[in-house]
Order: sequence, then structure tokens, then C-alpha cells
Amino acid sequence: MLLQHAAQINSIMAAMVLLTGFGLLVQRRMNALLHLFAWQGLFLSLSTALVGLTAGVHHLYISAVLTLTLKVILIPYILLQLARRLHIRKEAEPLVNIPTTMLIGIGLVILSYWLTSPIRELSTLVTRSTIATALATVMLGLLMMIVRRKAMTQVIGFLAMENGLFFAATSATYGMPLVVELGVALDLLIAAFIFGIFFFQIRTTFDSLDVSSMVRLKEDRE
Amino acid sequence: MTQTFPMVFELLQVVLVLALAPAFIGWIRMLRCWLRGRTSAGLLQPYRDLSKLFSKDMVLADNASWIFRFSPYLVFGVMVLMAGIIPILSTELLLTATADVIVLVALFAIARFFLALAGMDVGTAFGGMGSSREMMVASLAEPAILMAIFTVSLIGQSTSLSEIGKVLIDGEFVLRPSMAFALLAFILIFLAETGRIPVDNPVTHLELTMIHEAMILEYSGRHLALMEWAHMIKIFNFAAIGIVLFFPWGISTSADLAQIPITLVFLAVKLGLVGLGMALVELPLAKMRLFRVPEFLGAAFLFATLGMLSYFTME
Repeated sequence: MLLQHAAQINSIMAAMVLLTGFGLLVQRRMNALLHLFAWQGLFLSLSTALVGLTAGVHHLYISAVLTLTLKVILIPYILLQLARRLHIRKEAEPLVNIPTTMLIGIGLVILSYWLTSPIRELSTLVTRSTIATALATVMLGLLMMIVRRKAMTQVIGFLAMENGLFFAATSATYGMPLVVELGVALDLLIAAFIFGIFFFQIRTTFDSLDVSSMVRLKEDRE
Repeated sequence: MTQTFPMVFELLQVVLVLALAPAFIGWIRMLRCWLRGRTSAGLLQPYRDLSKLFSKDMVLADNASWIFRFSPYLVFGVMVLMAGIIPILSTELLLTATADVIVLVALFAIARFFLALAGMDVGTAFGGMGSSREMMVASLAEPAILMAIFTVSLIGQSTSLSEIGKVLIDGEFVLRPSMAFALLAFILIFLAETGRIPVDNPVTHLELTMIHEAMILEYSGRHLALMEWAHMIKIFNFAAIGIVLFFPWGISTSADLAQIPITLVFLAVKLGLVGLGMALVELPLAKMRLFRVPEFLGAAFLFATLGMLSYFTME
């Protein structure tokens, strides 16, 4: 009985992760973007704890707490401070307009459902139905990195992709070994700092965080 | 006490909707006033407005055609018909079997079509503008609402509202992501279709932004009263559809008069909550630019599609 309800709540959490993924894809304001990212982390952490509870895999609790501190509090906070310092409020118009992006997003969701359907048939875990959602979250993050212009939003896309990978690991195999997860978490934290330094470098060199000005590799001759 | 006079039930429901729709609007306005710290005009203000309009004389433009005069009655009639079809009191109504949810959406479309025609009929700039905007919103909202409803009808295994309601009431309660997505989509469309903030603002007559008000700008007296009343019933109907699709618990599943009091209590509580929800959604939002509306309704379509997808994959 508990198991069944937990599975239901877990699929709701998966749906929320996917939903926030779409939210990230279409949101233009930086503040709201970071809040959405934090929400995604929160749903992810709840889902991880829930899977830990139902499967009796206790190291997932540690991952959940790690997710909570890192992806819900620390990284959004760091990025928010960066955005304030760099005076980023709004994203420039994305390369593809928003309704089209949404349609592509739906296409990606369908694709990932199709791709993971064999795994779903084979798997016996409680979480098997959320694998597709996890893959879709990864793809949405990737799409976000493609269609956005600013370095900051691309980094958020990257982090959302990592969320998706983490989610995939939890739903496909009840999580990676704890050592790996700790390593990834540390990497992410360091990455957040390094991104910060990069942002400042990019801005001092190009006067904006728009990466399209980085297409030219050579300086002008004259 | 079985199957007592289905006709009585049907009539009771129609009368109830006619009578309650202005009170529902009054309730939303009252909540909005309270939340803003104002004194409200009370629950009965819409009734007073309507009776004032009914007692006033009509002014008809010289070049108004029969469409202009006919539309209020048609729009009102369609809304009342829908009030008879949607299972509000019981799933065992006579008319519910005659039309499923696709027909309901089509009925909304008929009312909207004539409303738009009437808006253009007199030939003022505002009417045409309102009509074109309304049709734009409608053309985007309609696929989304059908998708949202189809998601729920996949669960109910039927497109008939009363069948869906029965399946949900009798079945075991299951938390479904698809329902959550469909509900989200439905809320967005509800706001768009009934002309609430952030798509349209029902309290202003600002010529640059109004949609619904622009279409009925030329109406006066009895016609305007019918249009206003029809719009109130439309909001009520939409809320009732939402209740049947997503929160049907409490609607009686038999045509038994003894169950009416308890059904009424449930209905009042649910409508009260819907009104509170609408007031809370509208309060912090500003009306968005018209060109953002496609994104808003695109999001609704997205949610509905995701709901349908997650029905097949997550459940």
C-alpha cells in the first residue's frame, strides 16, 4: 500500500521535474530562472529521498541531502549573486522563438519515451516509469544550452542536464555508488565557482555575456 | 425513492445555474475586494446590475442587422443549454447522455462565433478589434482544451462528462501526473476563455487591451443584460466542467432527490474554493501584452500534451 502510494508520489515528482525543465526552457528572466532551477532541485531531492525510502537504499538519503544543499540552496545562491553583480536581468531573445522551442521540447519528450521504452519493459524497479522523464530532462537541458545566447543561461541548462542525469541514475539503478555521487557533487560546486570566474572573463573581453560574439576566433586585422 | 422525475432534476439544475451564476461572479469580486483591502459591493451586486440593465431602454445602431439583435438570445440560449448538459448536481441527468464533451466545446464555439459576428456587425472599430482578438485567443485555446479533456477522458474511458465523473467517483483515488498536467492546462485555458486576467481584464474598458468588453460595447439595455448574464453562466459552466473533470467527488451518481442537499453543500464549497483560487491567481498578475497570449496558450497546450504523454508512460 505504502509502496504503491510512494510510486504515485514519485511519478508526480517526476512530472514536476519535467515541468520545471520546460519552465527553464521558456523563462526569460534570470531571477525566475534560478528560482525554477532551485525548485527542480527540490523535486529531485524529494524524489530521491522517496526512492530511498521505498527501495530501502539508505545512501540515497545522503544523495537527497546533498542535492538539497547543493542544487537547491548553494548553487542557485551563487548564481543569483553572480547575476546581481553582472547586472543580468533578462535573457536576450533566444535563437528559436519560444512556441517553437516548446514544440521541439514536446518532440524530445516523445523521443525519449520511445528510446527508453525497451528499458522500461526490462526493468523491475519501482521507478522504471520515470526513466523516460529523466532522459527528457537531460534533453531539455541540452536544448536550452542550444537555443539560449547568454553564457549564464547556458550554464543553467548544463546544470539542469546534470539534474536529469542524476534523476536517470536514481530511477534506472537506484542511484550511483555514493563515492561517484560525492565526486559529482563536488565537481558541480567547483564548476559553479569556475563558471563565475569565466563569466567575469567573458564580460571583460566582450562587454557582454552573449556567446554569439565568441564565434569569431581571430581579432580584426586593422 | 429511485429515479424520481428526471425532468425535475434537469429543471432544478438549469434554474440553479441561472440563479447562482451571478452570485458566483459576485463572490469572486467580493474576494478580490477583500484581498485588496477594499469594501466590496456584496454578493448580490451582479443581480442588481442585471436587473438595472433589464429595466433600461435599448439603443440600437441604425445599421444593426438581425445578427446583432439575435446574438444575445443565441449566446444566452447556448449557455443555458450547456448548463443543462454538464452534470452539476447528478451524473444521471436526462440531457447529459445527449452530448459529450466535444459537443460542449463546439457549443462554446457557436456562442463565440455569434458573439464575434455581433461585435463586427455594427461596424465600429472597437467591435471588430475585439472580435479578431477573441478569435485569435479562441483558435489557440480550443486545441489545448480538447487535449486537456482528452487526457482525462483517457482515464475515464469515455468522452461523456457524466461517464468520466462516474469513473472517477467510483474508482479508487489515484494520484496521476497526467491529471495534474491536465488540470494545469485547464486552469490556464479557463483564465483565457472566460476573459480573466492575465489574458483579458473584465473590469476595464481600455480600448487598447479589451477583448470581451470590446465586442459587447454596442449593446445596451436588455441585450447587454443577456450578454452579461450569458458570460456569467459561461464562467460558471467552465468551473462546473472543471469540477466534473478533476474534483467530481460529491456529485450524486443517482437521480435521487434526497441527495440534493448534500450535493448542494459540496457544490457550494467547491465553487467557493474555485472562486478563491481565481481571485488569488488574478490578484498578483497584470494583464499581459496581447502578443504574449500565444505563449500563454502554447504553455497550456504543452501541459495538456505532456499530460497525455505521461498517461501512456508513467501510469
